[in-house]
Amino acid sequence: MITSLATTTLPQNTGSGYVAAAYIVFFAIVLIYVAIMAVRLTRVERDVRNLRARAEHDEASADQTRERETV
Amino acid sequence: MLSIATVVGMGLALVLVFFYAPIEAEEGFLQKIFYLHVPLAIVSLCGFVLGGLMGIAHLRTRDQRWDLRSYVAIHMSLIFGLGTLITGSIWARGSWGHWWVWSEPTLVSFLIVMLLYATYQPLRFAIEDPERQARYASVFAITAGAFVPLNFLAVRLSSSYLHPRVLGSSSNLPAPMQLTFLVSLAAIALLFATLCSYELLAKRTRIMLRSRSRILGYRDGPAHLDSPRARTPSRSPRSPQPQT
Repeated sequence: MITSLATTTLPQNTGSGYVAAAYIVFFAIVLIYVAIMAVRLTRVERDVRNLRARAEHDEASADQTRERETV
Repeated sequence: MLSIATVVGMGLALVLVFFYAPIEAEEGFLQKIFYLHVPLAIVSLCGFVLGGLMGIAHLRTRDQRWDLRSYVAIHMSLIFGLGTLITGSIWARGSWGHWWVWSEPTLVSFLIVMLLYATYQPLRFAIEDPERQARYASVFAITAGAFVPLNFLAVRLSSSYLHPRVLGSSSNLPAPMQLTFLVSLAAIALLFATLCSYELLAKRTRIMLRSRSRILGYRDGPAHLDSPRARTPSRSPRSPQPQT
């Protein structure tokens, strides 16, 4: 496929459709992967938020218990 | 920094491919697929070998981080390998008139490597014990990683082929094409490294989150924090026991 001859003129059969298809497929794969990563990141963010809320809730209940014990 | 280098590298590679590299005399514009297909194949095969080397590091040190790196390298190589197969098929269709040529050793050998690695994840996740899972996965990564260069060598030695031989002593790539190819290869390698680093970061964060939630007493992990079971008083060190 690769020959020593290289030219700046366009041969008759350019095959630009195939080239476009190959590059679009490649960028689509990368894009899909990044989208999956984004979804996973959103899930992690939600879990961190839930974990923090839960920890704060536990902290508040512990404080209340402590107050009741001192009273 | 790595992400910026990747974006710059990809941009530069695209500019070189479409505005600098000359049009090939026989294939014409169709040959531009070469600057995408070949770097994808090289990076993907190197990723498989890298996964094997990381597997060796895991077995030697018993450090779980090497297992994670090996897993991510193989995972990413599979994605890049899929890209290689698809872009290769498109190129073959445009050039040879067929999507796939079964008599061509390069194509079939790459497919065999891909099928071999397609069994990695099912094998890995079929084992529940994390220690055994990591050990078996490392053994697989090493064995399959050793198979990749052997397979490559066997194909190179085969006499009949349609697929071009670009790299080697008989390489006849003109200088502008060679430069474009090397920049494309660097850009794809950078993309591989960037995606691997993101994947590793995501995996480490999830592992850390799971361990933190266990420390706090949520046995089901962070995924079930919304469930009523997780809302019941936990036996975490931070929450006191209900008084009797």
